[in-house]
Amino acid sequence: MNLTLNVWRQKGPADKGGFVTYEMKDINHHMSFLEMMDVLNERLEREGQEPVHFDHDCREGICGSCAMHINGRPHGPSKGTATCQLHMRLFNDGDVITVEPWRAKAFPVVKDLVVDRSAFDRIIQAGGYVSVNTGGVPDANEIPVPKKIADEAFNAATCISCGACVAACKNASAMLFVSAKVSQLALLPQGKVERKNRVEKMVAQMDAEGFGNCTNTQACSVECPKEISQDFIAMMNREYISAKFTSDNL
Amino acid sequence: MSWLTQTFSSSIGRKFLTALTGFFLIIFLIGHVTGNLLLFKPDEGRAFNEYTAFMTGNLGIMIVRYLLYAAILAHVIITLLLAYHNRKARPVGYKKAAPSPHVSWSSRNMGILGTLVLIFIVIHMSNFWYSLKWGMVPTINYQEGGDIKNLYVVVLDSFSNLWYTALYVVMMVFLSLHLMHGFQSAFQTLGWRHKKYWPIIRNVGFWFSILVPIIFAAMPLYIYFFRNINH
Ligand code: SF4
Ligand code: FES
Repeated sequence: MNLTLNVWRQKGPADKGGFVTYEMKDINHHMSFLEMMDVLNERLEREGQEPVHFDHDCREGICGSCAMHINGRPHGPSKGTATCQLHMRLFNDGDVITVEPWRAKAFPVVKDLVVDRSAFDRIIQAGGYVSVNTGGVPDANEIPVPKKIADEAFNAATCISCGACVAACKNASAMLFVSAKVSQLALLPQGKVERKNRVEKMVAQMDAEGFGNCTNTQACSVECPKEISQDFIAMMNREYISAKFTSDNL
Repeated sequence: MSWLTQTFSSSIGRKFLTALTGFFLIIFLIGHVTGNLLLFKPDEGRAFNEYTAFMTGNLGIMIVRYLLYAAILAHVIITLLLAYHNRKARPVGYKKAAPSPHVSWSSRNMGILGTLVLIFIVIHMSNFWYSLKWGMVPTINYQEGGDIKNLYVVVLDSFSNLWYTALYVVMMVFLSLHLMHGFQSAFQTLGWRHKKYWPIIRNVGFWFSILVPIIFAAMPLYIYFFRNINH
């Protein structure tokens, strides 16, 4: 099939950037979106032009790096899918496809479609881990976790830190991401020890990074490739307020 | 006490205050709409006037009333702050942004809806509350209580005006949309989301946001069409 691509090109963080239109011919509809971008980049290289920079790693929907805002939606039109898992068969011959980077103050554009998502890393560094000494590796069955809780923690843990929630949110809020990370650890026994500190620090870091704040429009869960639930945002709100009123931190 | 200022200047803390004040305003709406129902009583406004006299004379209610003004102010100021922060969080917008499906229009436009509701509250307050407090409201005597203000005629007078009646009704549509998102949003913000109760909260929120504004709107319409003093 033939397509018209409007791709955001930006030489660097200081560059103003703008859209460049590329006509794509004979695209195989079995390709993934990234493979289609590869076709474009091979052509650009052959023509001696700078290829379009975009992030990718696993191409299996697990690393969370393939950030692209496609036709007005993070990771494109398909539900519960990362860009690398998006198939060209979802598009029609003759379609015009607009490709933009994530837009958020906390995710500055590095080049073309690549944005700097290290704000997420700093939020994790602020408390999204378990640091208490738990000794040697215990037998899995030594720490009893009810199946229901384990499943819920797992659901939260499926977040791949892709940033689509921020990209989709009208406020560029990172609440879905942070809530998934907070809840995952708050639910499990290993995470309980540092539970209060963790949520206080992670939320403080989230605010410091310049993300917007949740107004419960729920666009994040709709666009999340892992379909992380709004329940976790409610859980984080609960965790945060109760931690603020009961922790030792002044 | 820095933890307290920290809490309420954080993104979640601000939302928490928005939700709490929102709840308070929701409760107030229930009281207000119940009081307004008295306007339908075919007693030439006696029940309504006595109710108004009670509401303005009682100390406890006066305290609640000042809390209410504070809640409205706080709700507005906090949300303005939030909106300011949210705007700053995305300095460069998308060229092409397709609002996600399953995201309600009202949830995306709470700022606009809230502003419209606020403008209406100001008009409404200047019309009734101001005239009640400082304006020239005729008095009426029902024997037992001595002279009390006859707000009923002010109401009749206001809703004899087609434009004011229309404005009131249109504003109730905006109030409805604002509540449509606000009601459930407040629960979500306070963390009261549970798979047992969430469907109930959503349903109650839906009907509340439809019924309350309809009852409010019914009053000016009733007066305009059936009790209009120009008739
Ligand atoms: S919550 Fe979903 S959209 Fe947000 S970072 Fe995690 S996987 Fe991506
Ligand atoms: S490339 Fe890893 S999730 Fe898409």
